[in-house]
Amino acid sequence: MSEQVFEATIAKDQRIEPRDWMPDGYRKTMIRQIAQHAHSEIIGMQPEGAWITRAPSLRRKAILLAKVQDEAGHGLYLYSAAETLGADRGDLTRRLIEGRQKYSSIFNYPTLTFADVGVIGWLVDGAAICNQVPLCRSSFGPYARAMIRICKEESFHQRQGYELLMTMMRGTPAQREMVQDAVNRWWWPSLMMFGPPDGESPNTAQSMAWKIKRHTNDELRQRFVDMSVPQAEALGVTLPDADLRWNAEREHYDFGEIDWSELKRVISGDGPMNAERIANRRRADEEGAWVREAAAAHAAKKQEVPA
Amino acid sequence: MSEIKHEWPLYEVFVRAKRGLNHVHVGSLRAADPEMALHHARDLYTRRNEGVSIWVVQSDDIVASGPDDKDAFFGPSGDKAYRHPTYYAIPDSVPHI
Repeated sequence: MSEQVFEATIAKDQRIEPRDWMPDGYRKTMIRQIAQHAHSEIIGMQPEGAWITRAPSLRRKAILLAKVQDEAGHGLYLYSAAETLGADRGDLTRRLIEGRQKYSSIFNYPTLTFADVGVIGWLVDGAAICNQVPLCRSSFGPYARAMIRICKEESFHQRQGYELLMTMMRGTPAQREMVQDAVNRWWWPSLMMFGPPDGESPNTAQSMAWKIKRHTNDELRQRFVDMSVPQAEALGVTLPDADLRWNAEREHYDFGEIDWSELKRVISGDGPMNAERIANRRRADEEGAWVREAAAAHAAKKQEVPA
Repeated sequence: MSEIKHEWPLYEVFVRAKRGLNHVHVGSLRAADPEMALHHARDLYTRRNEGVSIWVVQSDDIVASGPDDKDAFFGPSGDKAYRHPTYYAIPDSVPHI
């Protein structure tokens, strides 16, 4: 009976809400996906956060602060969605710190220059938008609603990045070189953000059937490439792919082979920054513990003594 | 250090987008006490002028109907078409009704 209601709700393109009956697999998949997404937002504060104290102007510093604060907010919207499924926020954080849950591989690359801040906004947040816009129609209500909120804010992230790069491209030859270098380093990892190719993505079929996912990894990756090429031209940078060219027959850009061994390496913990990212998150958790405990103790004391 | 058994309680957040509108549920957050919940709600859910007023309430204090109550709760109004204005046939010639 309940299963019929669930299937019918999905078939009618309506949303599943937290207290509805759902298959165990659906609940597990949703918790895993939402937690992974939340962790990515939280870890994602680090690469750009590293530049807040070194931003070249007060304007850029204010923008960067607002952006990193947004990433924290996005993580919290998502933990909130995960909690509607019975997951516990503290437990999810422990799973992240202990390496039992993953986050996006993209945040395991270092931000070497200020141009990286711009390229992350343009390419990394651009790829995130490609991924996230269809998730606004994901079948799980709280996740879809969190994604709507997030997508509204991501647009600012992408535009500030592109504007930053345009400003640098109008600068000195050294600044233009810095932008090109950042593009060279971030382009391929950005393409990897969409996950393994469809043939090697075992969960895609079930996630599409449950309408958790609306497009395959390869479809979204192609959409991102098609969007990015004209943006790169307008900016005046070269995307580092000799095989990148318009295919009039397909009406899409063809692009070169992705080094999937690199993605596997980074996902399994062997990226340039994996250890540092998790160590920072662990330190923040441990060093903040006394504050959380003190606040809880204060709240308990206030409740005991009537004012 | 992370052996603390009790996490901060969960609060549901409701935001009034502007004068004249109801408060609408926007999500939840963790806080040690109601005052902190209100401050966190401000930082988390109204960073871009999304609201003019916020309510927070501990999630445990919310009493809700469940999906299984749906028929018992909402079924009875299904067969009361006479509660709707379109139930009544009035000739077109009658003005303002």
